[in-house]
Amino acid sequence: MGSNMAECHPVGFRWVMEAKKRGAKIIHVDPRFTRTSAMASLHVPIRPGSDIAFLGGLIRYVIENERYFAEYVRAFTNAATLIDEGFRDTEDLDGLFQGWNEEEGRYDLSTWQYEGVVGVVPAAGHKELVAEPGAGRSRPAARKAIAAATDPTLQHPRCVFQILRRHFARYTPEMVESICGTPQALFLQVAEALCENSGRERTSAFCYSVGWTQHSVGVQYIRAAAILQLLLGNVGRPGGGILALRGHASIQGSTDIPTLYDLLPGYLPMPHADHARTLDEYVRNNQSGSGWWSEFPKYVVSLLKAWYGDAATKENDFGFAWLPRLTGDHSHFVTVTDMAAGRVKGYFVMGQNPVVGSPHGSLQRKGLRSAEWVVVRDLALTETATFWYEGPEFESGELRPEDVRTEVFFFPAAAHTEKAGSFTNTQRLLQWREAAVAPPGDARSELWFVYHLGRLLKGLYADSNDPRDEGFRALTWSYSTEGPHDEPRAEEVLAEINGWRVADRSPVGSFRELRADGSTAAGCWIYSGVYEDGVNRAARRKPAREQSWVAPEWGWAWPANRRLLYNRASADPTGRPWSERKAYVWWDEAQRRWVGYDTPDFLEDRPPDYRPPPDAEGLATIGGDAPFLMQADGKGWLFAPSGLIDGPLPTHYEPQESPIRNPLYGQQCNPARQVFRRRDNPYHRAFADPRYPCVLTTFRLTEHHTAGGMSRWLSWLAELQPQLFCEVSPELAREAGLRNGGWATVRTARGAIDCRVLVTRRIPALRVGGRAIHQVALPYHWGWVGRVRGDATNDLLSFVADPNVHIMEAKALTCSIEPGRSRDRRRAATTRLAPPLHDAAPASRDLPGVGQRVSQPSQEPGEGVPHG
Amino acid sequence: MAKGFFTDTSICIGCKACEVACKSWNQLPDDGFVFTGNSYDNTGHLGASTWRHVSFVEREAPSGDGISWLLLSDVCKHCRRAACLEACPTGAIVRTGFDSVFIQPDVCNGCGYCVAACPFGVVDRREDDGRAWKCTLCYDRLQDGMEPACAKACPTDSIRFGDLDELQRIARARVEALHAQGVEEARLYGVDQPGTEGLNAFFLLLDEPEVYNLPPDPVAPAKQAAATWASVAAGALCLGALALGAALWGARGGEG
Repeated sequence: MGSNMAECHPVGFRWVMEAKKRGAKIIHVDPRFTRTSAMASLHVPIRPGSDIAFLGGLIRYVIENERYFAEYVRAFTNAATLIDEGFRDTEDLDGLFQGWNEEEGRYDLSTWQYEGVVGVVPAAGHKELVAEPGAGRSRPAARKAIAAATDPTLQHPRCVFQILRRHFARYTPEMVESICGTPQALFLQVAEALCENSGRERTSAFCYSVGWTQHSVGVQYIRAAAILQLLLGNVGRPGGGILALRGHASIQGSTDIPTLYDLLPGYLPMPHADHARTLDEYVRNNQSGSGWWSEFPKYVVSLLKAWYGDAATKENDFGFAWLPRLTGDHSHFVTVTDMAAGRVKGYFVMGQNPVVGSPHGSLQRKGLRSAEWVVVRDLALTETATFWYEGPEFESGELRPEDVRTEVFFFPAAAHTEKAGSFTNTQRLLQWREAAVAPPGDARSELWFVYHLGRLLKGLYADSNDPRDEGFRALTWSYSTEGPHDEPRAEEVLAEINGWRVADRSPVGSFRELRADGSTAAGCWIYSGVYEDGVNRAARRKPAREQSWVAPEWGWAWPANRRLLYNRASADPTGRPWSERKAYVWWDEAQRRWVGYDTPDFLEDRPPDYRPPPDAEGLATIGGDAPFLMQADGKGWLFAPSGLIDGPLPTHYEPQESPIRNPLYGQQCNPARQVFRRRDNPYHRAFADPRYPCVLTTFRLTEHHTAGGMSRWLSWLAELQPQLFCEVSPELAREAGLRNGGWATVRTARGAIDCRVLVTRRIPALRVGGRAIHQVALPYHWGWVGRVRGDATNDLLSFVADPNVHIMEAKALTCSIEPGRSRDRRRAATTRLAPPLHDAAPASRDLPGVGQRVSQPSQEPGEGVPHG
Repeated sequence: MAKGFFTDTSICIGCKACEVACKSWNQLPDDGFVFTGNSYDNTGHLGASTWRHVSFVEREAPSGDGISWLLLSDVCKHCRRAACLEACPTGAIVRTGFDSVFIQPDVCNGCGYCVAACPFGVVDRREDDGRAWKCTLCYDRLQDGMEPACAKACPTDSIRFGDLDELQRIARARVEALHAQGVEEARLYGVDQPGTEGLNAFFLLLDEPEVYNLPPDPVAPAKQAAATWASVAAGALCLGALALGAALWGARGGEG
């Protein structure tokens, strides 16, 4: 679900085909019948933006028909835990959870807690408390083992299991059909297949990608799948899991060692100016008393030692004060709107083409035009490099190049075959690659660029006595270089990431060896072990036939070369495999150790019958039957008492722009979503906007790579998909007068684009709420430079995002479509476009906020950045 | 040892990696940038510059339940009785040590007889130099012990390269396995084919060959030569008899 794996991950899909050859059943739930559907045993159509209703329906089916894996659920999840008395569900509050603050537009999380416990630290750390507005105000207090009240019979009305049951009680097959447009019979077929293939002897897996994440309630899509998989016992067991298919090579790597503004390497939160004045305060706010995050200080101090070397001492907090601080939300959209308002002076664009690849291209370009300087590094001159003289705004005559004051620097970049380094893939597997050829001309690797830029800057600051430059001067920046262009040795960076003992710089073998006293350094604690004994384990290439089926000697997977996370759950509470067929790791009583095919994801000598004493602290709080050791209570969370700012349970909300009213609640959209109410970012009416009657969804093709920077220039790829096209059903084509192979104009309040028409039965009209809803699907690979050219689909999107991770809503919105080419190049960011709404928006809780302000944006562009 | 391709359409995901790998290795030009509106097929058919071609067939599922999308990576069949080779007057088309059919570009004079002779429409003349081109079974790679570029690039192993005997054994087992899984429509195309005496590049299909735009009963034209000459002989005989009859009748009339 939420993934077109055959088209977007064709190489990974070979293993799906391998499984199919052996008899596995493949089910594809997707709005379109794609090349993935063609390979699946069953294709199930669904309306874009309604997956939580579908998954919620499955959760209800599993609970009401008692098809859950009862022993697994009781032992390994928080099903039995009681929740605070003050908690009220969306069923009680018509689509809101307890704690909604209308004025501030955010939740107070204090009633979502376990009874008698405040501030349970989630697996991802408490980043929302310190980094993001929109978070609750609870402070982590738990310093020891979580002693939450439980009801092992799962009958208590306030236990998680009963709350979950009530929460999804109305997600019936009839409701699924009326929300998703999926015929009941098909839905029940999926539910039955999933239940039949789960349990002791069998496991099922979900694969997803941006079809799930790119929604204003995206994180909760994944949560819904997590709940379902926990109920079915499909987590931590071979053949199970929820597999996030990442969009490019090493996107996983750029999350681990992040390009994200709110994270430090290894998922340590970026310190916030108000909550992390000292290292001690930072640690207090993020360390957990129980579970694995009790180890937090070791990882922070080791990171500081890696970055600041000898300058990091116990006396100066290991240089913690030198780290930059967050002062608020600096996510992508906020940065772009800040740039448009003149608050961001410079912008580096490396390996990205936001003018085409990010939502609302015209606002992206407006941002770039307001910067003083922009640096673009890419294989060729992308639209982002030429934003100052090419684009729809110049075609329409609204702008002239001489009006753009931005200074643009373009640096040719080396391709992946021209530089050494590692890719971290979807499975957290690091695979090393060597440079096959030298990059041509002036093209250089990112490593070369960043290293030499840093070196030159450090030279400029070398003589500074300004205290604020101290950190920059203290930064360790010594890598040896080779070749005619002084290319830094990538393996030295890997060695630093792995970490060493400061005394003799001998590589550590695991993050278990890291210390909080400054005696170790590690650039990313979860990668510790990849360079154990000075050997680059990511470069291992032992063939499958020469090792076990888990293949531990091919590359290296973080953490600790584990191929399957939380694999303690593959054994029952007493440590025996749930079944012989699904044996993976187990407790060996003779050796008094956990053993198996993979590195056990557990304390290797902790017996299954260990129970933490009441005064236990740190790792001693992890019970022998608690596989989810990153969580403070060691349980898989059916209910998330913290870690999410838009609800402890997933709830079906309609997208920002939807064809229908939310059939389940008065609350139309995710109340905590991040909206940008600006004149240059007009929204449609929240539902049934007569101007924009169709559902619009975007997608990718095998033949091109995302924004096209790597594929539109290559004739062999470009000829395979030469032009932007929309997929429409024969019914819509008939109604709108569209002709296969002809031209169409697709329009939103942000702008209009031209595309060719592909009429196909692969994109069905869905019956939702008693009427036919038409879908228009657009790939987004084209722009106005390159071998093949076309309009940029993302010019149609708006800025609206999920509140937890700020991901855009690109997969479900509304549009209009008409035959022929309009050549209308006006864009909302440069022209006032949105036609007025004549009829008043119907009253509903969410609508005054959305409906009215849509037609009359409350602010001029650039006037501050309001939060959802 | 005869080498060939087994292309299993039941696991082809239509990614076109074979088309791109083929063009990349053989340095073939693009076919122009034309949006056809014919499903995801924008290169149309095999030709002088497209030696692997993926076709996309959108249609009603045979069960009547929804739609299906058939994907097929087409290629030169390297027929055991190759019409192009038989038609070639210059000897440019030869059978190699790998039992593949190869056009020697330095010998080809561009007469185009092979284009008309091929029952699959595989061979095509390039517009700029007039010579005939088609898949070489990566003759250059085979000589260096490498498999053809398309098979190397195929992510799902839908295109398999190897010894023909072994491929046929694998293919038959695959059909049996599919039948056991309830995929009754699985069948092999080109293993036993009288008109071509079998194809070295053969296919596993999920419907009748016509659905994939493949001829159901291809025949190498020369194979029909004997029958053709026999018909010609019979015709000539009839004509002779007729002429004789006419002469005799005329003679009798003369008498009358």
